[in-house]
Amino acid sequence: MEDALLLTLQLLGATIRVATPLVLAAFAGMYCERSGVVDIGLEGKMLAGAFFSAAVASTTLNPWLGLLAGIAAGVALALVHGFACITHNGNQVVSGMAINILVAGLAPTLAYAWFQQGGQTPLLPNQARIPAVELPGVDALAGVPVLGPVYRELLNGNNVLIWVTLVLVIATQWVLYRSRFGLRLRAVGENPAAVDTAGLSVTKLRYQALLVTGALTGMAGSYLSTGHGAGFVRDMTAGKGYLALAALIFGKWRPGPTLFACLLFAFTDAVQVRLQGVELPSIGVIPVQFIQMLPYVLTVLLLAGFVGKAIAPKASGIPYVKER
Amino acid sequence: MLLSGSGKGQPGAVPGWVGYALLPVLNLVAAFVLSGLVILVIGENPVDVLSLLLSEALGYPEAIGYTLYYTTDYIFTGLAVAIAFHCGLFNIGGEGQAYLGGLGAGLVALALTGWPWPAVALLAVLASALFGGAWAFIPAWLQAKRGSHIVITTIMFNFIAASIMTWLLVDVLIRPGSQSPETREFDPGVWLPSMDRALGWFGITIPASPLNLSFLWALACCLLFHIFLRRTRWGYELRTVGRNERAAVYAGISPSRNIIIAMLISGALAGFVGVNEILGVQHRVILNFTGGVGFVGIAVALMGRNHPVGIILAALLFGVLAQGGGQLSFDYPTINRELVMVIQGLVILFAGAMENLFKPQVEALFRRRGTTATADTGRG
Repeated sequence: MEDALLLTLQLLGATIRVATPLVLAAFAGMYCERSGVVDIGLEGKMLAGAFFSAAVASTTLNPWLGLLAGIAAGVALALVHGFACITHNGNQVVSGMAINILVAGLAPTLAYAWFQQGGQTPLLPNQARIPAVELPGVDALAGVPVLGPVYRELLNGNNVLIWVTLVLVIATQWVLYRSRFGLRLRAVGENPAAVDTAGLSVTKLRYQALLVTGALTGMAGSYLSTGHGAGFVRDMTAGKGYLALAALIFGKWRPGPTLFACLLFAFTDAVQVRLQGVELPSIGVIPVQFIQMLPYVLTVLLLAGFVGKAIAPKASGIPYVKER
Repeated sequence: MLLSGSGKGQPGAVPGWVGYALLPVLNLVAAFVLSGLVILVIGENPVDVLSLLLSEALGYPEAIGYTLYYTTDYIFTGLAVAIAFHCGLFNIGGEGQAYLGGLGAGLVALALTGWPWPAVALLAVLASALFGGAWAFIPAWLQAKRGSHIVITTIMFNFIAASIMTWLLVDVLIRPGSQSPETREFDPGVWLPSMDRALGWFGITIPASPLNLSFLWALACCLLFHIFLRRTRWGYELRTVGRNERAAVYAGISPSRNIIIAMLISGALAGFVGVNEILGVQHRVILNFTGGVGFVGIAVALMGRNHPVGIILAALLFGVLAQGGGQLSFDYPTINRELVMVIQGLVILFAGAMENLFKPQVEALFRRRGTTATADTGRG
């Protein structure tokens, strides 16, 4: 009983840690897709955030400067995306792809030139990593059944960025549905012409949305390289940006369901780590590759069965050209 | 997107070559200038590096062979993306489809030891088309019948393909007693002849390179692509769905049928990468032989304006980047293969997503010149 509880809590703890960058990236995507800009460049922005965070953190030994650098990198790429898609009415999917390919090449190239360690940054010492939050009274509660282990395994020792993410999730729910900015954001994604007629700048609103996207993806990358991990390694996002996009679509561009989708993907990931090499009754050992593709298969199945037709914000993917 | 540089018939129209040649060249120049900046940042001389890149790709016959070998891959994936585009679909799954296509070609070559190579080549082409097409069929079916977002499903299928191929090569098809995850080498009799060997039969000698007969098949595919799209009813229906799905429905054309047809052809074309790579060059099925060709195909199709001739030219450009860029790392210790991806990414960004960047200025320039020209003729 105690063991089962502990195992469950460890699985849930792992789920939260894996989910954090997914949630940040998926919510980043929510802002820009709700404003009518498709962004499959989440992956690239995350990777850039991860690299620049780790690079700055390892040179300055200051994780907060690293975080800032990661956010700056994400924002810079978001502005590039905006310049291509909003200012020049370019193809949004292509711009996103270009950013992904560019960063996948740029990060190892710069890492190689700056650190000479085969395309990665040096291992970060503890003081250069974004710290975990140690909650008070862990020992005092240790004796209490259920509550004690929950407090210790699930809540204590989480990275600062996990708590920040939690706040951002709640804030997004409020911003999207209760704030003036959110109302306009949703409107510009559904009917930019109406927003334009109302005297608001479509361009400005979309750029604002992309700024948020850039900052959140940069933070997601920062979490990967300086919070969860201890340094940048080649291809460290490993498809998380795409998975976040899938979670966003699965969540129908709404905060609650998107959060749930991210947690679900993270949970399958946590389970797959546990399942590796474990002998299952009557099936035997499942090859590790099959377990690793679980989240992707799940995505396809969910998109095919559960969600049915995913209806994107109406103006999503279409550049807005003002009538003349 | 398809018709940038149009505006024919309007007053002060810009000549067609501006849209098809001048603007892409300007965008390319911009991409190379930025690439030069990146090269500066890593501490090398951009002019030296870029001129070395060009000479390593086109400077001598052997290099040209290598460049055309890369071009072959890009023609296949470029056509694959383009046919889907014509039907209004975005196929990001070329990578996985090419990977599976290689498996198909490889299985044929492994099974048919001792057969004459033309028969094996024919069957391998069929198998790679079948495997690549099958891998594209599922996302196509999901899009057509269930409304699942094809961009997402094809991306997911890339990941799934990578996992399945790793499993096959590690656990199933691995050469017995071998440590590295790859199949045994095919019997030399079934290899697709390299171009130097094939031309040797006619008494023409060219230096050895990985360029093989699949290059000719790629060119043939370009021709077939054009005939299919522009000269058959199927191609017409497919383009109609791509242009306006509702209009297609009113014309009695089934969008879902055409979505599936377009993706099957798309997957088959991407699968042919396997013929070039597996049957023509590697002669065994190996891990990650695709190395991003599916993604480059998107850029190739865009830059080539989804037209076969444009695709050949754009594929050649990316072939030059792949070959020349790959060689750089031998001469510059600070540069590794990833620099190619930086240049590719910038080319895609400028030529694909920012294709309108210089359009207003250039058009304004031509309008101004156009008006003075007509004024001159008017006076005379």
